[in-house]
Amino acid sequence: MTTAQSYLPEGLPIPVPEPDGLSEPHWSGLRRGEFLIQRCRKCSTWLWGPEWICHKCHSFDLAWTKVEPEGRIFSWTRVWHPTHPVLNDRGAYIVVVVELPHAGNVRVIGNLVGDAKQPVKIGAKVKGVFEQHDRADPPYALLHWRTSGD
Amino acid sequence: MSERTLRGKTAIVGIGETTYYKHGKAPEPEFKLGLMAILAACEDAGISPHDIDGFASYSNDRNEPPRLAAALGCKELRFSNMQWGGGGGGGSAAVANAAAAVAAGLADCVVVYRSLAQGQFARFGRSAAVKTISGENALSVPYGSMTPAQRYSMKAMRFMHEHGVKQEALRAIALASYHHAQKNPAAVMYGRPLDEAKYDASRWIAEPHHLYDCCQENDGAAALIVMPAERAKDMKQKPAYLLGAAAGAGHRAAASAANTPDYGSSHFTTVAPHLYAMARVKPNDIDVVQCYENFTGGVLMSLVEHGLFEAEEANDFLTLPNLVAPSGKLPLNTSGGNLAECYMHGLELQTEAVRQIRGSSCNQVKDADVALVVAGPMVVPVSTLIYGSGATLQ
Repeated sequence: MTTAQSYLPEGLPIPVPEPDGLSEPHWSGLRRGEFLIQRCRKCSTWLWGPEWICHKCHSFDLAWTKVEPEGRIFSWTRVWHPTHPVLNDRGAYIVVVVELPHAGNVRVIGNLVGDAKQPVKIGAKVKGVFEQHDRADPPYALLHWRTSGD
Repeated sequence: MSERTLRGKTAIVGIGETTYYKHGKAPEPEFKLGLMAILAACEDAGISPHDIDGFASYSNDRNEPPRLAAALGCKELRFSNMQWGGGGGGGSAAVANAAAAVAAGLADCVVVYRSLAQGQFARFGRSAAVKTISGENALSVPYGSMTPAQRYSMKAMRFMHEHGVKQEALRAIALASYHHAQKNPAAVMYGRPLDEAKYDASRWIAEPHHLYDCCQENDGAAALIVMPAERAKDMKQKPAYLLGAAAGAGHRAAASAANTPDYGSSHFTTVAPHLYAMARVKPNDIDVVQCYENFTGGVLMSLVEHGLFEAEEANDFLTLPNLVAPSGKLPLNTSGGNLAECYMHGLELQTEAVRQIRGSSCNQVKDADVALVVAGPMVVPVSTLIYGSGATLQ
């Protein structure tokens, strides 16, 4: 699923890979509508955020692995106070930490799309929503979440 | 081999603070504020600033020891120390680092300092104006999680969910700081009391934190002088001995994108046991607590992780009567803390703990012999320490 309008206004800092390129596969994956995180080829541990080494077995052989953008809400906050000029007129918005049970319970941060006043329940199932920012310079994509209820 | 400990080997012999200002309101440059606080601490201790031979700070304080030592005309510089890590997590560690240097003979008279004029540089509570972002921040900032209030609120939310903690528990923490500030003329919120209705009516910043659950942003400086215990007992002030200290965080606490295994935590679970072991103190020996309020949720988790009550007891324990001096069960943030005295990045909590040990606080706890100071919950690394009166060394 892709949204036409972005959840937060354009003008927030644009995510780009580091000079050493560590997170590049994640960001280019989101542009293709794919959710890629890391998994150790040696011991199969899932890893997030991006790192050069497996924290469990110390292998450097990590695979960028496509995973289904499905999970459950691990924690959340509804942000009311704007801390960036482009958010001044946005009103409240919801940030969620989503846990991925099918990927070693690693967590990702995103927004919960829909009504910003909606009740949020820890443990609720959510599905990913790719948000393409085609007109940004450079273009990028984010991965948000919506409650799936199933 | 002798026991490896800092217990009773050093003491705080002097404390100093500038006037505390709202952010952007300091009439002096940040470096000068730092000098003023150090001079005040030296005067309080009855020593010459020329005799300072070491400096310890934290959170990337911009005012470097070599410049300070030159400006103050220190006879020599023997210890120049920065605790890694942002936020206020290094406050107690900076004191511990200074004490370790003094105890080990690396220096004789170390000043712990923090000078902060956010108005002259960048504010913590605003996102930087940048076009692109990478690394760990790229995984959160584009989603509107860009400042500590947003990030740490989700940690507190998880903890409150896991343990059924109610909003009223956070409110009691905020009320305690404001209550104490009303008797502290140095507090920025002196004369500006807070009650339950005002708290309840205040706007949300990021749930579960209302406006009054969030620290101020301020300008000012504070300093403490650390000396060997054998010299401290002959000094002008009653010494506040360092009984123990610990810093750090648990397994992979800094894992990015909220992947800290123990996520709903202030990160003292592994740290506090080291503190109590060194200090030879139990939680119920503590007479008064100064606990860094970046956000009240961090205080909640810190107090639990220091064993002062169980998480499931939080709703019953965290009430205003329990948290106020002189006679509450656990007087908390007795100068007004970060919420209502000054966000001096937690160093004002250290000076207040020393005043409690001396018996000179505006909100004095009777016979305060053991004082806990918790620095910067939820950041990595955090730190914590315990001061004791001379009686605790008998």
